[in-house]
Amino acid sequence: MVKWSRFNIASIVFGFAFLYLPIVLLVIFSFNESKLVTVWAGFSTKWYVQLLHNQALLDAAWVTVRVGLISATVATVLGTLAALAMTRYTRFRGRMLFSGMIYAPLVMPEVITGLSMLLLFVAIGLDRGFWTLTLAHITFTMCFVAVVVQSRLLSFDRSIEEAAMDLGATPVATFLQVTLPVIAPAVFSGWVLAFTLSLDDLVISNFTSGPGATTLPMKIYSQVRLGVTPEINAVCTILIGIVAMGVLIASVVSRRREIQRVRDEQAAFAL
Amino acid sequence: MSKFGSAIFNRLVIIIPYAWLTIFFLAPFFIVLRISLSETAIAMPPYLPVFNLVDGVSGIVDKLGELSVANYVFLAGDALYTNAYISSLKIAVISTIATLLIAYPIAYGMAKAPNMVRPTLLMLVILPFWTSFLIRVYAWIAILKPEGLLNQLLLTLGVIDEPLIILNTNWAIYIGIVYSYLPFMVLPIYSSLEKMDHSLTEAALDLGCTPIRAFWRVTFPLSMPGVIAGCMLVFIPAVGEFVIPDLLGGSETLMIGKTLWNEFNANRDWPVSAAVATILLLILVVPIMFFQHAQAKADGEGK
Repeated sequence: MVKWSRFNIASIVFGFAFLYLPIVLLVIFSFNESKLVTVWAGFSTKWYVQLLHNQALLDAAWVTVRVGLISATVATVLGTLAALAMTRYTRFRGRMLFSGMIYAPLVMPEVITGLSMLLLFVAIGLDRGFWTLTLAHITFTMCFVAVVVQSRLLSFDRSIEEAAMDLGATPVATFLQVTLPVIAPAVFSGWVLAFTLSLDDLVISNFTSGPGATTLPMKIYSQVRLGVTPEINAVCTILIGIVAMGVLIASVVSRRREIQRVRDEQAAFAL
Repeated sequence: MSKFGSAIFNRLVIIIPYAWLTIFFLAPFFIVLRISLSETAIAMPPYLPVFNLVDGVSGIVDKLGELSVANYVFLAGDALYTNAYISSLKIAVISTIATLLIAYPIAYGMAKAPNMVRPTLLMLVILPFWTSFLIRVYAWIAILKPEGLLNQLLLTLGVIDEPLIILNTNWAIYIGIVYSYLPFMVLPIYSSLEKMDHSLTEAALDLGCTPIRAFWRVTFPLSMPGVIAGCMLVFIPAVGEFVIPDLLGGSETLMIGKTLWNEFNANRDWPVSAAVATILLLILVVPIMFFQHAQAKADGEGK
């Protein structure tokens, strides 16, 4: 086995320092007493207290959470179906186009996706607002869910599904009782990913949302343009905290499920 | 009933997501194309002609004649747009190369890490990807400002005598892109290196290759699929990037994503922004198809 050299360790340490230092600094300066974000003047939580009195920001946060919950849930259903279609049916008319529509949104510049979706909403006469925002978020996040679930389905042992079918289960029952429990951790991480992507999005939201449906990133963006303030640092810190917690829970849940699954399989073989 | 039910289930699994993506992802591009051929108007929606089903077939055919390529002629004639496209491509190429140079050693180090720490390292690379893009870009403003943290540090250490001007220059954009897209480059390279058969490198070393030669002749070529996927994942979105040039770049920085945004939000010129988007899409369609093909192939191998 090739050794883990000093060069390897150094590149990892520098890489992670580069990735995390800016975020750590941002979090630290959210607790700064001074209004300046570059000069430390003592510890204070006053910017967090101030947030609680910023009604516009709280409203934006509420819109963001609702859009996130609805869009992540619908996107998870659609994305899981798309992943099933991609892995189970290798031949159907227009499969090339289908896989193109799954992969293209992953790399498509957001200004294009946002603009094109807005023009669609205008063309079909939908008023821009909460629901157009949600539709747009469902569309771009479902592709991420599809990719996450698809990678799990590829390593899925189809023989247990076939066994269920042979024993007389309908395809729907097989899916719900056999397939879904096995791929559940991937479906769940797909949901968490969709939720955080929706929570974070600025560009697509800005194009597809209308009056009365301002999201938190849109609010943050309009304040950032006016200058860097500890108050924005505080909002960002809270968002980072929520996301970090979500990821942590998702990974613990999926690791537990994985261990459980391995145990179940071993138990099944022992019988 | 069961046969019938299963046929319907199989159909729905394909049809529902297919229909969704066709309506909300594919169809809009045709609308963009159509509006890019329209004229700007002071109305809502702000373009002409507007197709209406009430016009009947003949009315719609009449209006088709009103479509024109005037917006494209305008784009081609205005150096602002051509320069913005060229400058976006240049910035995206330079940032992609820089990201590759920084990401490769990290991915390589991770792949060689002991099995015990690998999941943690992987988790640490993925985590920033989940935190807001906007927040991560915002974090750099306080660092790169003339009176910011980086300059304070360098001045204290005596490395420089006067503050470096980094914010609002192209340097800040390069830093922003490399930083934001680093995980997208590390992950595919790591996964191709991790799958690699280490005995191949050992064989090369046993046969007298120096470690550096073994790396360039064996390891690097085998990691090419990861390198290509990573470069595509960075390059394509970077060309159309908006947040990074807007927050970190200066007024003289031209990037097409920002131009499109301004055209749409400040000038309210929908037909011209639709034309800008159409050309950007045409530039990116080859790399996108290349990416999709490589990705589909990689997923196929998993079976």
